[in-house]
Amino acid sequence: MLSLETRDRYHMLLDSAVLTSADSAAVALVMISQASPPLVITRGEFRRLMQRAAAALRAQGVGPGDLIVIAHTHGLESIAAFWGALWIGAIPSMFPTLTEKLDPLIYRQSVGDLAAREGVKAVFTTDDFASLLREVVSCAVYSTAQVESAAPAESDGVPAAPDDIAFLQHSSGTTGLQKGVALSHRAVLNHLASYHEAIALSESDVIVSWLPLYHDMGLIAGFLMPLIQGIPLILMSPFEWVKAPAMLLRAITEYQGTLCWLPNFAYNHCARRIRERDLEGLSLASMRLFINESEPVADESHRLFFERFAGIGCRREMLTVGYGMAENVFAVSQTPVGTIPRVEMLDRALLEVQGRAVVVPPDHPRAVTKVSCGSVIRHTEIRVVDPASGRVLGDREVGEFAVRSDCLLSEYYKRPDLHPLGADGWFLSGDLGYLADGEVYVSGRKKDLIINGGKNIFPADLEAIVNQVGGVYPGRAVAFGVFDEREGTELVVVIAEVIGAPDDEGLRAINADIRRTVAARAGVTVSYVKLVDDRWLIKTSSGKIARSANRAKWLQERDAEGAD
Amino acid sequence: MTEHDIREKLRAYITRELIRDAKYPLKDDEGIISGGLMDSFALAELGVYVEKTFNVYIPDPDLTVAKMDTLDLMVARVLRDL
Repeated sequence: MLSLETRDRYHMLLDSAVLTSADSAAVALVMISQASPPLVITRGEFRRLMQRAAAALRAQGVGPGDLIVIAHTHGLESIAAFWGALWIGAIPSMFPTLTEKLDPLIYRQSVGDLAAREGVKAVFTTDDFASLLREVVSCAVYSTAQVESAAPAESDGVPAAPDDIAFLQHSSGTTGLQKGVALSHRAVLNHLASYHEAIALSESDVIVSWLPLYHDMGLIAGFLMPLIQGIPLILMSPFEWVKAPAMLLRAITEYQGTLCWLPNFAYNHCARRIRERDLEGLSLASMRLFINESEPVADESHRLFFERFAGIGCRREMLTVGYGMAENVFAVSQTPVGTIPRVEMLDRALLEVQGRAVVVPPDHPRAVTKVSCGSVIRHTEIRVVDPASGRVLGDREVGEFAVRSDCLLSEYYKRPDLHPLGADGWFLSGDLGYLADGEVYVSGRKKDLIINGGKNIFPADLEAIVNQVGGVYPGRAVAFGVFDEREGTELVVVIAEVIGAPDDEGLRAINADIRRTVAARAGVTVSYVKLVDDRWLIKTSSGKIARSANRAKWLQERDAEGAD
Repeated sequence: MTEHDIREKLRAYITRELIRDAKYPLKDDEGIISGGLMDSFALAELGVYVEKTFNVYIPDPDLTVAKMDTLDLMVARVLRDL
């Protein structure tokens, strides 16, 4: 396995166990679905699928260093395309899949914009979508049909240099905000070696995942790591899992899963929405770690999950926490294996106003809970800096996390205007938090960002969409997130000023239109819509709509209504 | 329980708990998920609610947007197994 001890034997991702192992009958991955029997792919089959995908790419004129975008479904075809690209030395990037919620024309436009902006050589998509996409993109578009008819020529992989870009991970956001995080072979291998130690990975591990392949946690922990390390991956579609959360526990039981990464909301989703009769015969006894990462962690979510599933083998020390970012490949810190994450009660006022993490007793009137994201993984350093002055802060002082490591990004792809690393090699994360007793505690974000179900959403993107909805006064809409304890994640609130004084039917239509348009264009569900007249929204002296002030006002009104 | 009772119980539950706006005038044939009123996550919640309230178990493969997108569809599905 790739570990800190064996790191020097690996030079590129093609040195992965799934491609180099002599045991071609070993299971590489199992795709599970409610609609069909499990699809078991051995390492030998994986190599054949990858060769065929590579041949299809070559037929499109793709070669070393070319960028390809995979905008297909969550499945084997996307996986084979990704590795096929690596095989011929191209740079793959997973793009979000087209969901039933999204408007296909908007989706098409976002793929087209990305292709033009980053000089994409080819896009891989479904047969259905290919002709629609060809109308707007100038690069090659190929689909399942071309892969299936490709001659699977046996070829050798194109060797990569350690500092070549291996793949891109795209951040969320619309065109202007989206960035392609370019990761080198060296960075990815370094990260996996350190992470191997952090989670005490072993050959007997089995990873079970429902995470999307385009999300950094899904891409690294729930896709690349198991294939590179040669441990079985049991993969299901996120779209099936959200509707049937018991699938995950069933897969853990059937395949003796040991590792599973989940964003915080998934703990609530499983605890609250798995029916009692669906739990019959299930067991979590094989599990080593659930790792809560990629959105703020609530201790309450762990408690809910533990209480619901203790009876089928869940133990407290299984429920661990990590902190990570795509720019560091994935993880920055992790709860030490075998321990329970530390939980602190802090004085909320001192935390928010003075930026100091002061521990108070649990019954303190201003007590707020913070869960530790564990200690920093090997060869990654973290420090907290004052966002205004850049001064390095001490323990328990809140500031912006800066990270330096042997696995940071090479660049933001085709964005020479952006310089992610400072002269001394530190990456400023945009996340706020503090360090205490060698552990990392996250407290917020420097810029406005909503994290809903593990997905990063920029309020400005949603506001731009709402401003175009008929009946909304353009420029008078505000979007923000509010943490919801029941869901274990932030929910999206939109407040929009309406033109004139519509009647009830008119308001209803605008309300429905806002929800429908945001879902279709951003794939985001708006949980609360408030339509207001021209007196409601709070503006700054320069006439800008202040998100935080309007958020505070909305929360105050909601609390007052709740108290009635 | 009559069809009317089922429909109104579901409407009240969906607007209050899933759309989070008890005053939202939800129409019988309005696309709840396709219209962006609730997330597909809520389908799992609906499965729990329907079982608890009406004692009808809707298997996972039936908890889809195509089969549960409107009040009309949900009521018909509950009535089928009631």
